[in-house]
Amino acid sequence: MSSEVATFFSPGDFLAILPEMVIAGMACIILMVDLVVPRSKRWVVPALSVLSVAAAAWFSWSLAGSGVSAFSGMFVLDGYAAFFKLIFYIVAVFAVLVSLRYIKTEEIDLGEYYVLMLFSLSGMMIMASGSDLLTIYLGLELASLPVYALVGFLQTSRKSNEAAMKYVILGAFSSAILLYGISLIYGLTGTTQLAAISAALETGAVSGPLFTLAVIMLVAGFGFKVAGFPFHMWAPDAYEGAPTPITAFMAAGPKAAAFAVIMRVFLEGLFPAYDNWQMAIAAVAVGSMVVGNITAIMQTSIKRMLAFSSVGHAGYALLGLVAGSEEGIASVMFYLLVYAFMNLGIFGIIIMMRRDSQSGDQISHYAGLAKSNRLTAFAMLVFLFSLAGIPPTAGFVAKFYVFMALIHKGMIGLAVIAALMSAVAAYYYIRIVMLMYMREPEKEFLLASSRGLLCVLIIALAAVVALGVYPAYFINLARYAAFPL
Amino acid sequence: MSGHLLSSIIFLPVLGALVILFIKDARAIRWVALVTLAVDFALAIPLMRGFDVSTHSMQFVERHEWIPSWNITYYLGVDGISVLFVFLTAFLGIICVLASWKAIEKKVKEFMIALLIMQAAMLGVFSALDMFLFYLFWEAMLIPMYLIIGVWGGPNRVYSAIKFFLYTLAGSILMLVGMIALYFAAGKTFDMLVLMEYKYTFTFQVWVFMAFFVAFAVKVPMFPFHTWLPDAHVEAPTAGSIILAGVLLKMGTYGFLRFCLTMFPDASRFFATPIVIISIVAIIYGAFLALAQKDLKKLIAYSSISHMGFITMGIFLFNKNGIEGAILQMFNHGITTSALFLCIGLIYERTHTRHIGDYGWAASRVPVYATFLFIFTLASLGFPGTNGFIGELLIAFGAYEVYKPYLILLLIGIVGGAAYMLYMYKSMAFGADSHGHGGHGHGGSHDDSHGGHKVWDVDFREAVALIALVVFVFWVGFHPEDFLSYMHESVGNLINQANASKFEGLGL
Repeated sequence: MSSEVATFFSPGDFLAILPEMVIAGMACIILMVDLVVPRSKRWVVPALSVLSVAAAAWFSWSLAGSGVSAFSGMFVLDGYAAFFKLIFYIVAVFAVLVSLRYIKTEEIDLGEYYVLMLFSLSGMMIMASGSDLLTIYLGLELASLPVYALVGFLQTSRKSNEAAMKYVILGAFSSAILLYGISLIYGLTGTTQLAAISAALETGAVSGPLFTLAVIMLVAGFGFKVAGFPFHMWAPDAYEGAPTPITAFMAAGPKAAAFAVIMRVFLEGLFPAYDNWQMAIAAVAVGSMVVGNITAIMQTSIKRMLAFSSVGHAGYALLGLVAGSEEGIASVMFYLLVYAFMNLGIFGIIIMMRRDSQSGDQISHYAGLAKSNRLTAFAMLVFLFSLAGIPPTAGFVAKFYVFMALIHKGMIGLAVIAALMSAVAAYYYIRIVMLMYMREPEKEFLLASSRGLLCVLIIALAAVVALGVYPAYFINLARYAAFPL
Repeated sequence: MSGHLLSSIIFLPVLGALVILFIKDARAIRWVALVTLAVDFALAIPLMRGFDVSTHSMQFVERHEWIPSWNITYYLGVDGISVLFVFLTAFLGIICVLASWKAIEKKVKEFMIALLIMQAAMLGVFSALDMFLFYLFWEAMLIPMYLIIGVWGGPNRVYSAIKFFLYTLAGSILMLVGMIALYFAAGKTFDMLVLMEYKYTFTFQVWVFMAFFVAFAVKVPMFPFHTWLPDAHVEAPTAGSIILAGVLLKMGTYGFLRFCLTMFPDASRFFATPIVIISIVAIIYGAFLALAQKDLKKLIAYSSISHMGFITMGIFLFNKNGIEGAILQMFNHGITTSALFLCIGLIYERTHTRHIGDYGWAASRVPVYATFLFIFTLASLGFPGTNGFIGELLIAFGAYEVYKPYLILLLIGIVGGAAYMLYMYKSMAFGADSHGHGGHGHGGSHDDSHGGHKVWDVDFREAVALIALVVFVFWVGFHPEDFLSYMHESVGNLINQANASKFEGLGL
């Protein structure tokens, strides 16, 4: 091992992290640009942010599938990472677009807003490519820290501050647990590299209560990051308190990154111990589906409701990991892609509802929306049915894929629980449809629409329908991308 | 034979919906919807005429690659069973538009779009030969139907719509799990014809049968899964009730025929006796409930539960008469019950009441209407010469072949059916309220109005719809072979599949 230290860096390694460097570097540059740009030309900041994401995407595209392993195997460029980066880029660009007008309305129009988002994005990208527990941890913190700040970005709102506080403390707590788990793994196997951990486990020498403890700590640490039961308690407060575009961002971006990591760690690093962790993950998955969906029914705030529903969705996605097959991985990847579109779409509409007079985050605010804003209500209807998993939307195909992976492994019981829980979930989703279409509006709707927002909504809507009717291309992509694991 | 006839029939309504999206004028929207569905029905005629009755194989087959990594194809085709329901659905589509012509005043555009999308999904269910495609259409129907009940329904519409949605979703989502289990058991295919050929073990059959059974039983709806139906019917607008009774309920029984009998024959025979007994309970219980109703729509809704009992019974008798009777009765129930709901809708538009006692004057005030109602009443109770008679007779034959005492129980149901239908007709046409004396709070209405509402007889638009339905009542009644001939071969094949198995001694 020590001989590797001498060759730790090579110029080629930096080529591999070019997209990450572009994002992080541009974030620094934008921070300075923001200082010199006059108030009237503030659009430069978001425009540069979008451009840097586009540039990173272009570099990723040209590096995609090269299978390069850099920094002595701490960082890999495989199809798996590329697929997740695709999700992150979409989420980041959409999040910038939906923020444009929102942060002006809320009077938080600061350049740091976009810069923090970019830093978080670079962290997510490192997470997706990390193949060493330390790289992964580094990425995780880099992705999380800016989001803590973003959650509390509404400085004048007590809710926002409180949410950020809770999120930081619980996030730090979970990081500590995760680090403890990582150090235990290191102690047991003598390495933090996933491939080497796997090799060490294969020999069968590593087992016993200490290893079980390490696995539990990893499950708990990652469980926090994906907001899985019983580690989900931060999610409703953070979702509710955060500025809505940030809620959309964190629900789709860092969460997908956490899934990227959790799957890589458990399926690449800890796969020989599949029997040890399978039950633990299954328990988290079932708990998340049951608790998330049932608690969501009782919410009156739409952001809290979506927070609990996302706990439920994390449960579905974890089922793909429980299946532990290539099909399972691909199903989770497809699920997360679809979830990103649905989520950005629905939060886009919540942002639209944000007016000076009303925040639009109460479910009752949606009463009668179909009367005054037909198209918005229709888009909302499609996103809600997609979240509920009703065909012909993408949400259905995603759920179908997870069920397939489970049933193929013979886990019918889990599939039945998941199926019943999606019927429960349908209840609170269609309740909003009911309000929009079957109730009279409380007052007139004036939607805070903007070009960026409309653009996001149209793309998300098209994606949700297209991936529902003709998912073949992205299923193949996910299958191909899942192959390296 | 044209290569894309089935696809055209399924997707023409979607095209119509797209056109309507860009029209503002309510009148024009109604006409576009009507013309679309009329053309759609016109396309169903070459389908019926071009259908080769001498074979049980699937016809008008279309197959294209769709999701190759899961071996899912866009695969359509009809046999002698499904072709009848494609035809029935296309026909009832026109009736639905005519029934909503005046009844739907608000959000005409949205209503017609929902109706057309609904139509496409229903036609798709009967034509799909790939199970994934089948499920897609099956579930996609929930959205427009939920909106039709919830937006344009009666005062308690929201509760009914949510109840309808959750009941049917909870039922069918288990089917999805069963479907995927089938997919892997049969070697990763959703091709329904291949799935039918595959031999599953008995335990597997029992589990998957139960998953499918719940989905179909909720849709039929069989006792005790029926409680959503009266709520949905009472609150739905007329067109919604017509779709529900005419087509949607048929999907459950179609599912039994298409999936349960052919794919899990052993499990089907294992469960046959309990299912026949539940069906008989539904027949008699439904009839008694119908008899107790004061609300017209509720009465017809409970009568549907009773009639669907006949059908599920016929299916699980496993003989030619029983199954052919059941299929014919599915068709008949689609015609007759739709007609009755249409009649109720017409009178409701005029008087805004559905209380049976409020209509004692029908025979004297609106004689043409009363005549139509009389024909459909007779058809519903299975009077000789009408369509209902043939279907019930065939099922009775089938029951006799299997176990003679069934026949007696069946007859109780038939007599019960006669009782509530005649009671309904008597109260409506020749009731105490006739000529305004002794009425239920509507006394003194010697003029044209009743209870403050102007009452007029059937107009031209309504007459067209009613006459079209009457044609089928007598056509099936006097010449059932025109319809039965479609199913002979397919039912023969179905029975062969249902009787073939690796397991002996588990039958009825």
